[in-house]
Amino acid sequence: MLRRDLRLSLRHGSDTLAALLFFVLTASLFPLAIGPAPETLARLAPGIVWVCALLAALLPLDRLFGADFEDGTLDQLLLSGQPPAMVAAMKALGHWLTTGVPLLLAAGPVALMLGMQAEVVPALLAGLLLGTALLSLFGMTGASLVLGARRGGVLLPLLVLPLVAPVLIFGVAAADAVASGQSPRAHLLLLAALLAAALPLCPLAGGAGLRSAAE
Amino acid sequence: MLEVRGLAAIRSDRLVFGSVSFAVPAGGALLLVGPNGSGKSTLLRLLAGLGRAELGSVLWQGEEVLADRTGQGARVAYVGHQDAVKPGLTAAENLGRGAVPALAAMGLQRLADLPARMLSAGQKRRLALARLVLRQVPIWLLDEPTLGLDTASVARFGVMLAAHRAQGGVVVAATHLPLPLPEASEFAFA
Repeated sequence: MLRRDLRLSLRHGSDTLAALLFFVLTASLFPLAIGPAPETLARLAPGIVWVCALLAALLPLDRLFGADFEDGTLDQLLLSGQPPAMVAAMKALGHWLTTGVPLLLAAGPVALMLGMQAEVVPALLAGLLLGTALLSLFGMTGASLVLGARRGGVLLPLLVLPLVAPVLIFGVAAADAVASGQSPRAHLLLLAALLAAALPLCPLAGGAGLRSAAE
Repeated sequence: MLEVRGLAAIRSDRLVFGSVSFAVPAGGALLLVGPNGSGKSTLLRLLAGLGRAELGSVLWQGEEVLADRTGQGARVAYVGHQDAVKPGLTAAENLGRGAVPALAAMGLQRLADLPARMLSAGQKRRLALARLVLRQVPIWLLDEPTLGLDTASVARFGVMLAAHRAQGGVVVAATHLPLPLPEASEFAFA
């Protein structure tokens, strides 16, 4: 199932590309809006990268289950003999591989473009590595809950954004800690703890969402 | 043997059907007939473990199945109104492993490498039916399976159905069209 999803997203790369372009373009609007003063930009860079990555990861969520729900594939997935939580987990993994990983790869260059000091970048990327996985898990859960609801696309960000707010806070704090000469360890550990909790819980919630959407 | 006892379904506070009971022996077939909206599709989804029953029980080989819906999913093949065909994948990729004999069963072998978006509505339906062969499961649940099929394809589908029943498989089908299911019993919805 994962292979099939990856093959589909490779063949129509537009979803991945759209998220990636959105990320790079919005991040490059900030110097235009705030002004190119290097110290201001460098100060804001972690926040800009994080917010843009978060919003870019939300973009493809609407279609994560939508296409499968409409064309009957979701029914077939639920009848595959795999528990629904497994189906949900695979979808989250697919989202991370097609959206999280490309964002992670683009984040380094974007951060440097915004004038971030080179020694801050590893902490930012470590935070994003955990953070994008969390975004995929929370996003998948939200997407499964609004599946089949009218105007689910409007509801989805309202549901997911409060959940990912702590991720954003700790992620930015990790990069800021390095910038001010402290250790990012505590913030990264908190992110890892969030991931450890979300990893088993989100697929269970997502699976229940898929079940009730099929009913 | 598939046995249904006193099954009732409610959808958005409306009773779709109450107290449906029937039994289909191994190798048997049951046709669900009734007007539109009488609950045929709801019953099929419920038997597949996709829907939720308000009352009653479904027994397979004497064991209650609705308690473990994931397990029931592995026992049934379901063809619904949607074909679950991904337009971006080829016909063979849509079926996955073991696609070649399944495609041949519905006469689609020459279209195996064609993207599914090039297929006609009838060909997509044939692809959805070919998935039945692939599943190797005892219970087939079919919702209007021959809608849009030409006579040659209906005949091929008849061969598939006969082979499945000869192996002791069970078929439950909702339809308004004549299906190639000899000696099928009927259940009429009010």
